[in-house]
Amino acid sequence: MSDARRRAFRRGFRDCSPFVLVVIPYSMLFGVVARDAGLAVYEVMSMSVLVIAGASQFTALALMQEHAPVVVVLLGALAVNLRMAMYSAALVPHVGGASLRQRLLMAYLMVDQTFAVSVKTFEEEPKMPLDQKVAYYFGCVMAVCPLWYVCTFAGAVLGQAIPPEFALDFAIPVCFIALVAPMMRSLPHVVAAGVSVLAAVLFGWMPYNLALVVAAALAMVAGAQTEYYLQRRAVRA
Amino acid sequence: MIERDIFWTVTVLLGIGTFLIRFSFLGLMGRRSLPPWALVHLRYVAVAVFPALITPLVLWPPATGGETDPARLMAAGAAFVVGVRFNVIGAIAAGMATLYLSQYLLG
Repeated sequence: MSDARRRAFRRGFRDCSPFVLVVIPYSMLFGVVARDAGLAVYEVMSMSVLVIAGASQFTALALMQEHAPVVVVLLGALAVNLRMAMYSAALVPHVGGASLRQRLLMAYLMVDQTFAVSVKTFEEEPKMPLDQKVAYYFGCVMAVCPLWYVCTFAGAVLGQAIPPEFALDFAIPVCFIALVAPMMRSLPHVVAAGVSVLAAVLFGWMPYNLALVVAAALAMVAGAQTEYYLQRRAVRA
Repeated sequence: MIERDIFWTVTVLLGIGTFLIRFSFLGLMGRRSLPPWALVHLRYVAVAVFPALITPLVLWPPATGGETDPARLMAAGAAFVVGVRFNVIGAIAAGMATLYLSQYLLG
């Protein structure tokens, strides 16, 4: 690895590491809940390794415990992950040029945190060369993904999650607010975030967590349209 | 109890399905250049997804059984304000500190 790449990797690792605050309690909790549902430790681990997507694992587990048909379990759990198709698309302009092997690995390790942190940096520094962007992405991965496996295992074996008094459940929204808030410096981003919040509330009645995808799509269009509007106004002025 | 064969069917298919969702655009569009309108829209993915993802968690936290919690609202507000003005780490620290403090003060 060249020096520049190594630096990018370390920087990704550093930038993503605050998110261990989310990953540790969440993955431990999955280990505990899955064991309580009657799964063996190797089964819990198989799920965390094969799926590596917390929210959908919890959904699948709950639906299986209710003895829902397999098709319903799969639809419910996959719907939770639909947002990742948007992540996948948003990464194309930045790391689409990477080798197939790298893209396969990047896809498998695509979680909310690695996506959020890396795309934020790529947007701020569009001139970063491809190999450094890829290194940065895997730096982010290294900060959170190994912990996902290790702490699922710890939760499953110890049978003990982090006590609710620590209120680490709320680390999830706090961390994402911390990431999104600095983007509120341009009008299109503010409009997009506003539409996103509003639509999430308005469409909260939708089944299968579909409110998220609908709200995100509307917000994306709102952001883009605001950008176009500002451009037109600048041309006229 | 969860049936063993159901568990494994779900886990394997969920793993494959989730991977295909993640790989979708990155896999198929990889080296192709996207039209300008698509690039404009894709710039807003993060800011479009995350607010919708956390809004229900802030307004109706699962930890309180879905009941709106003043301590969590204040924590979210603090994280946002510090995030807009300073940086990510500061925002996380402000959010969690506000949560603990207001939980302590509000009992």
